[in-house]
Amino acid sequence: MEEVDVEPAVTNIPAASDGKHLGFAWGPGDILVYETLYKAKGSGCSFIHEVRKDEDIYSPILRKLFNESHHIFVGLQTIREDLPSKNKKPQFVSISKNYRSVIRACMEELQQVAVSTKDAQMATQYGNQVSILLAIELIWNLCEVLFIDAAPAGSLLLHLLDWVRLHKADVDEKARDVLQSESPAEHHDYWDVVVSYVLQGRLEETRQMLVKQATLQPAARNMFKLMDSLLSKMPFYNPGGTQTLTEFDVKWRHWHEEVDRCLQDNSFASNQHLEIICKILVGDEDTLLMHKELLSTWYHFLVTRLLFCHPTVKPTELHYYAQSCMTMFLDSRSVPEPLDSILLAAFEFDIHQVIKDCSIALNNWWFVAHLTDLLDHCKLLQSHNLHFGSNLREFLLLEYASGLFTHHSLWQLAVDYFDHCPEFGRVYLELQIERVPLDTERKALKVLRICEQRQMSEQVRSICKIMAMRALRNNRLGSALSWSIRAKDAAFATLISERFLQDYCARGTFSDLDLIDNLGPAMLLSDRLTFLGKYREFHKLYGEKRFREAAKLLLSLMTAKIAPRSFWMTLLTDALPLLEQKEVIFSAEQTYELMFCLEELTSSLNTTTPGPDRPMQEEDIELTKVELLRLALARNLAMAIVKEGTVET
Amino acid sequence: MESINAKYVSQKISKTRWKPVSYSTLQQPDVFATGSWDNENNKISYWSIGNHGSSGMDDGFEGDPQLLCEHKHDGDVLDLQFLDQDRIVTASSTGAVTIFRHHQNSQTVSVSKHWARAHRYPCDNAPCTGVVCSSPEIVTVGEDGRIIVFRADQEGVTRVIAAPIHAVTYLRTTEILTVNSIGQLKLWDFRQQSNSPSQILSLSGDRVPLHCVDRHPNQQHIVATGGQDGMLCVWDVRQGNTPFSLMEAHSAEMWEVHFHPTNPDHLFTCSEDGSLLHWETSSQSDVPSFLQGGRNNSMMSRSAMAPAGGNQSLISAWLSGDSSKGRLETTHMLPSQTLSVNSLDVLGQCLVCGTDGEAIFVNRQVPV
Repeated sequence: MEEVDVEPAVTNIPAASDGKHLGFAWGPGDILVYETLYKAKGSGCSFIHEVRKDEDIYSPILRKLFNESHHIFVGLQTIREDLPSKNKKPQFVSISKNYRSVIRACMEELQQVAVSTKDAQMATQYGNQVSILLAIELIWNLCEVLFIDAAPAGSLLLHLLDWVRLHKADVDEKARDVLQSESPAEHHDYWDVVVSYVLQGRLEETRQMLVKQATLQPAARNMFKLMDSLLSKMPFYNPGGTQTLTEFDVKWRHWHEEVDRCLQDNSFASNQHLEIICKILVGDEDTLLMHKELLSTWYHFLVTRLLFCHPTVKPTELHYYAQSCMTMFLDSRSVPEPLDSILLAAFEFDIHQVIKDCSIALNNWWFVAHLTDLLDHCKLLQSHNLHFGSNLREFLLLEYASGLFTHHSLWQLAVDYFDHCPEFGRVYLELQIERVPLDTERKALKVLRICEQRQMSEQVRSICKIMAMRALRNNRLGSALSWSIRAKDAAFATLISERFLQDYCARGTFSDLDLIDNLGPAMLLSDRLTFLGKYREFHKLYGEKRFREAAKLLLSLMTAKIAPRSFWMTLLTDALPLLEQKEVIFSAEQTYELMFCLEELTSSLNTTTPGPDRPMQEEDIELTKVELLRLALARNLAMAIVKEGTVET
Repeated sequence: MESINAKYVSQKISKTRWKPVSYSTLQQPDVFATGSWDNENNKISYWSIGNHGSSGMDDGFEGDPQLLCEHKHDGDVLDLQFLDQDRIVTASSTGAVTIFRHHQNSQTVSVSKHWARAHRYPCDNAPCTGVVCSSPEIVTVGEDGRIIVFRADQEGVTRVIAAPIHAVTYLRTTEILTVNSIGQLKLWDFRQQSNSPSQILSLSGDRVPLHCVDRHPNQQHIVATGGQDGMLCVWDVRQGNTPFSLMEAHSAEMWEVHFHPTNPDHLFTCSEDGSLLHWETSSQSDVPSFLQGGRNNSMMSRSAMAPAGGNQSLISAWLSGDSSKGRLETTHMLPSQTLSVNSLDVLGQCLVCGTDGEAIFVNRQVPV
C-alpha cells in the first residue's frame, strides 16, 4: 500500500459503549456505523450512526456559496472555445474575481452571525468557518495573481502589494481610531500606523500622517521635509505607461542610493522613528524583522522586502525570496502550518502541490474542484493521467459533485457538474440519479426531465416504474398507466391493462375513464392496452347507440385476436344485447363468425377437465350462458338470412 | 436588466406570491411570501423589499429582499395563495392544507388552521397540488384527484369531487377551472350538485399534461394554460373546445402562467428550462413592432380559427392569435440561464420569482 500523506483523523462515536465492536458500511459521502456483537443472540444496540466528513453542505449560509459558485461555474464552461487565449485572460480574471467575491460575501455573513449568536459552541463553529474561508480566499487570490493573471516582472509586485493590502484590514481600523482621537499625533498607536503604512507601500497616506507630526515639532521641520520628499519621490512602476522596466529600474536605483545617502549622513539620527522609516525604505532586513507584530505574517514580510529591495522581481525568482523570508520570519522551533506550505508551493509555481495540499487540509472538495477547473480552462494544468484514468480536473469535479448528490436538495447542482466531465460524468450521473428519493410527482417530473434531456432511457424507465408501482399500490390505475406510457414500457402497460380489465370484470365499470378514452397513439404500446382502448371505444359506441359500428368493432376484437382468450366470454356476453335487438345488427356473415368464436371457446373449455373442487354452480352458470348465446345466435342468423334474402320493393 | 437583483436564500423556492395591495392607494407591493421545497425542513417566509415610494434614499442595497419572518412547514410547499392581507393558505406535499397568519406587529407567523391529510390515498399521503381562494372559500386540488372546498372559518370540509388534477383557478365566483395530466381543461360549476364537470376542453392529438392555468382578469372567457412541452395555449371558454392559439414558449415544462392583474396585455410565464418570458401584445393594428433590442423569441403561432365575427373592439388581442403580424413580443426577463424557475408573481411594476438555484429575483421596473 502507498504511504499516507497525513495521519488519519480519529473520530469517537459517543453513543457506542467502550470495548464493543463496530461494523460499518461505506456510503457515497459518509459511513454508517453500528455496534455488533458477532453473536446471533443477545441484546444489541439498535442504533445506527452516520459519520459525515463534510458538515459544510448542511450549513445554510455556506449553501449560498455552493449555489452562487455553481452559477459561475456553468457560465465559465460556456465561454466560447474559438477565441485565442490572449483575449480570454481578462474574462478568466473576472471570473476568478467573481468566485472570490462570493467567498467574501459568505465570509461577511458568517462573521455577522458569529458575532450575534448567543450560543458559544455555534460561535466557535462559525468562527472556524470564517477563518477557513479567509484562508481559502487568500490562497485563491494568490493563485489568481500568479497563475491566471500571470503578471510579468514589474506589475507582479504591484499585484502582490494589492494582495497583501487586501488581507491586512486591521491597519485601516487602527488608523481610523487614531484619526478620530483628539490629537492624532500623540496617540499611542500613531507610529504603529505610520510604520504599517510604509510597510504596505502606502506612501501617500504616510505623508499625510507625517504632516500631523510635523506641525507638532516645528523645530524638526527640515527633517520632516526631507522625509516627505524621499517618500514622494519613490518610483512605482506603471504598467500602462511608456516607461520600460529597465528605465524604471534605473530610476529606482537612483532613489535607493539617495535614501542610503541620507541614512549614512545621519540626517534622521535625532528622531528615532524617522530613522526607522528610513531604514525600512532602504530595505534593511533587521529593521523589518524588528516589526514582526506589525507584519504578522511571513508573506507580508516577503512582499515588503521585495518592495524595498527588488521591485523588479521576476516570477521565476519569487521562490528563492519566499523560502528565505519564511525561514527568517518564523522561529526555527515553530512548525509551518498547512497554509504556509500551500503558499510556498504557490510561490514555487507548483500548482499540483498546491492542489494536493489543499485537498488534504480542507474537508470539502469545493475549493480545489473550482480552482482546478478554472486553471484547466486557462490551460495551466498539464494533462496528468491519474491511476483512475481521468485527468485531475475531472477527478476533483466528480468527487465534489458526488458529495453534493448526497444532499437532499443540492443534487440538482451536481447534475451540471457531471455534465461537464466528459469521460465519466455520464456514468456517475446514471448511477446517482436513480437514487434520488422521489416524494412527489413534481420532483419525479424534474428528475425525468433531466434524464430525458440526456437520453438516459434506462433511468427514465426505472423512475417511471417506481412511480407507477407507487400509484398501483394506492389503486390509482390511471396514473400508473400514464407513467408506463411515458416510459414506453410495454410489459408494465400490459400488466396494468390486465388490472383494469380485472377491475371491470369485478365491478362492471371502469375507473379513470378520462385516461383510457384519450389514449390516442399511445394505445399501440402493448396489445393488451390496445384492446383496453378499443373495448372502451366499443362501450362508447354502444352508449351512443351506434350499434352497427359497435358490433363491427366487437367482432374485429375477437377475429383479429386482439382480445385475450380469457376475455372472449365477456365479449360474447356483451354481444348478447346486440343480438337481442329488434333490428338485425349482425349480418349473417358476422353471425357465422360469432358462432365460430363461440365454438372455439367452448371446445377449449371442454378440453380442460373440470377439477374436483370446481363448484357445480359455476359450471351451471357457464353452461347457461353458452346455451343462451347459442339460442341468440341462431335466432339472429335466421333473421339475418331472411333480411338479406328479401328483395326491397 | 440593471433593476433585477438576485438574492440567494439557501432553500429551493417552489412558490412566490406578492401580498395584495389595495388598489385605492397606488402603492407598489413591498412584501412577498415564499415557500420552499426539497428541504429536510421546509419553510414559508415573508420578505420585504422596503419599497416605500420615492423616499429619496439611494442606498446600494435598497432593492435586496429582507427576511421578515418565517415558519416551518411540514412537507414541500406545492402552492401558496394569499387569502387576505394577513393570512396565506398553503398546499403541502403531505396532503395537508394550512392557513398561516402573519402578525405584522410582532413580525411572527403562526398556524391559524390546519387540515391534515385533506388529500390522501389509502396507503400514502397524496400531495395537494393547487390551491385557490376567494375569501372565505378555499378550493384545493390534489394528486388523489379530488377537489375539496373549504371555508376558512369552519373546521370541516364542504364538498369533495373526484378527478385527477394539477392546478386550479377561479373562472367566476361559482365556477372553477382545473387542468390535469391528460391535457384537459375542465370547468366545474358549484351551483350544480353533480360531481362532473360542466364543460371539458382539450387539445386534439397528443395529450400533453397541463401544469398551470390563469384567467384573463377582465375578460373571463379567456384562459391561458401551460404544459409539459412548454407550449402556451390561449383558450376561449365560450366557443369551441379546442385552444384558440398555441405558441411555443419554452423548451421544458412551463410551471406558471400569469396575466398581469391590471394590465392584461402582458403575460408572464416561467419554466423548468430556467427562463422567464414576458409576453406583450399590442392592441393597435398593423404596426409590426419587433424591436432589435432585448432577446426576442421567434415563435410559431397556430391559430385554430379566426375570431368569430362579432364586435371587433371587444375581442382581446390575445384571441387574434396571429403573431406574424408583429402583435406579440416576448422578452427574457432573467439575465442568464439559471436552474428551473418554479414560480413567479407580478403586481404593479414589481415581479418576483424563485428558482431551484435557491435564488429569489426581484424586478421593480417591469415595463407594463
